[in-house]
Amino acid sequence: MSLLEVKDLEVRFGLRKGDVKALRDIDFTLKRGERVGIVGESGAGKSVLGFSILNLLSKPGYIAKGEVLFEGQNLADLSPKELGAIRGNRISMIFQDPMMTLNPVLTIGEQMVECLMAHRKITKGAAREIALQKLKQVYIPSPEQRLDQYPHELSGGMRQRIVIAIGLLLDPDLIIADEPTTALDVTIQAEIMELMLELCERNNVALILITHDLGVVSQVTQRTFVMYAGRIIEQGPTREIINDAQHPYTQGLINALPQMGIRGERLRQIRGAMPTLQAVPQGCAFSPRCDYVTENCRHVLPGFTRSGGCQVACHMVEEMKREEQRSAEGSEE
Amino acid sequence: MNAIVDDNAPSMLQRFRQSHFWHSFCIDRVAQISFLVFVAYLIAALLAPFIAPYDPYDPATIDIMNSELPPSWQEEGDSAFWLGTDAQGRDLWSTILFGTRVSLIIGICAVMLQAMLGICIGLVAGYVGGKVDSLLMRMADVQLSFSTMMVAIVVLAVFQATFGTQLYQELAMLMLILVIGIAEWPQYARTVRASVLAEKEKEYVDAARVMGLPALRIMFRHILPNTLSPILVISTVQIANAIISEAALSFLGLGMPVSQPSLGSLISSGFEFIFSGSWWITVIPGLVLVGLVLVMNLLGDWLRDVLNPKLYKG
Repeated sequence: MSLLEVKDLEVRFGLRKGDVKALRDIDFTLKRGERVGIVGESGAGKSVLGFSILNLLSKPGYIAKGEVLFEGQNLADLSPKELGAIRGNRISMIFQDPMMTLNPVLTIGEQMVECLMAHRKITKGAAREIALQKLKQVYIPSPEQRLDQYPHELSGGMRQRIVIAIGLLLDPDLIIADEPTTALDVTIQAEIMELMLELCERNNVALILITHDLGVVSQVTQRTFVMYAGRIIEQGPTREIINDAQHPYTQGLINALPQMGIRGERLRQIRGAMPTLQAVPQGCAFSPRCDYVTENCRHVLPGFTRSGGCQVACHMVEEMKREEQRSAEGSEE
Repeated sequence: MNAIVDDNAPSMLQRFRQSHFWHSFCIDRVAQISFLVFVAYLIAALLAPFIAPYDPYDPATIDIMNSELPPSWQEEGDSAFWLGTDAQGRDLWSTILFGTRVSLIIGICAVMLQAMLGICIGLVAGYVGGKVDSLLMRMADVQLSFSTMMVAIVVLAVFQATFGTQLYQELAMLMLILVIGIAEWPQYARTVRASVLAEKEKEYVDAARVMGLPALRIMFRHILPNTLSPILVISTVQIANAIISEAALSFLGLGMPVSQPSLGSLISSGFEFIFSGSWWITVIPGLVLVGLVLVMNLLGDWLRDVLNPKLYKG
């Protein structure tokens, strides 16, 4: 059985003017120990997806359709108590800003011990022992001392290590990391990503990495989901997506990465901006910005097409596939 | 390893002496004097039975022949009664000591009750939000639209009328604490709710929810400590307010009975005699009350400045 299975998920935000679809047609499975990356622009619904997996959507968001199955259990059906037993314990989440995710008035040790004691029946001493062990796993220097320090006494990178240690505290099966390195400088970013990769591999933990950094995704993940306006428009093995992106939006994202190339060359950006969720165009949401747009794109929402190991939502790719098939059939005859 | 850590870790006292809090106390004369005066009041109140030369609660020591003696420095004064005596012949100095004690007890207990109610209600309203929030805050609005004095006067008067003066005198202190405590909870509830709304949006609250901690624990252990500084500041002001409310009620004859006078009822009991020249029975307890409320307000002001990060001067 797969660890996490998201089936036809649709998340809406109930606004006064009517509901707005923040996520739609979300369909994927995650195996034990598998690492996937979710990329996309700001506002594409990456974080909402992370929150809806944990059923932590705050008002006015709600799950309108579909299910999130964790080991076959639909998280939306669970009582708050049962959900509490899964959160933190089986699935943990790491947030963007380590300055904000630690409570400023509690010591590191208190926060870790509290988390452990909320889920396991152990003594304070034993909990402290486990906390210490986890701090060592994330390579924090002199961990004994850190346990009694407050978050403001530590640097940003150190804090993010501690946040990761808290995420690992209960040996979860799945970690959702929501832009875990955005608030850190580049050298620390690399260290933290390496650390996460190592820890996930060693403990066989599945990872959902939410980021807008394709570089990070290519280093760490095995599969990549590209999101645009609440939809996964391309998913497949990371390597295939980086090397041979099918969807024009993904191609645009990859082209927009700064390259060590010719001096003075302009960065190729994707023109325009993502539509607000109230005004998602009919048909393909990307059509107003797409270079290959056709009349069909403007009116019909593209379905998913298989292309190699990838699944793409694009009329152009669909057309190309169809032609390929036709010519293959033709040559067979 | 541990030994080294212990040597380097500053003790609680050391940490306190290096803190911004201690530093700003050291450079602020007003705060120091206020604090000293407040401590003097506290000591006087706590040790009243030992300091006071007479026991004002014991009718046996009172001689009606000594009534309305002026303070000892005046011509007709008696050296046995430093600040003179009141209309019943009680030593004013002893009565003031005991009265301060009563006033402080009522003030502090009433504020503790306010804080308990207000913090719980404010936390729930802010954290849960939505309908619960609206309901609780409208309750607070309704409560605030009755003035404390009005509620207190109605409740105390009705109580006195139904259960008789005898029972009322026995329960006066408890009743005052309950009435002042219940009438002023919205102050706390609103302050706490406002801070909770701000804190709730911070990621550490999300992180605590993601850890699967129960809501009550998040409220009391994670959010509450982060809202403590405004609570601390309003507490000092509220104690001063509660003492004033109690004095006002006593002055109106709805507070402490004359047999166990608070500062307010002392002032009130002397008021009848003020035009016959016995000014001291009203004026001296009045000054004591003003002094007490003043230092508490000054301390509150200072605390607000210290705890406000926007005013941090380094």
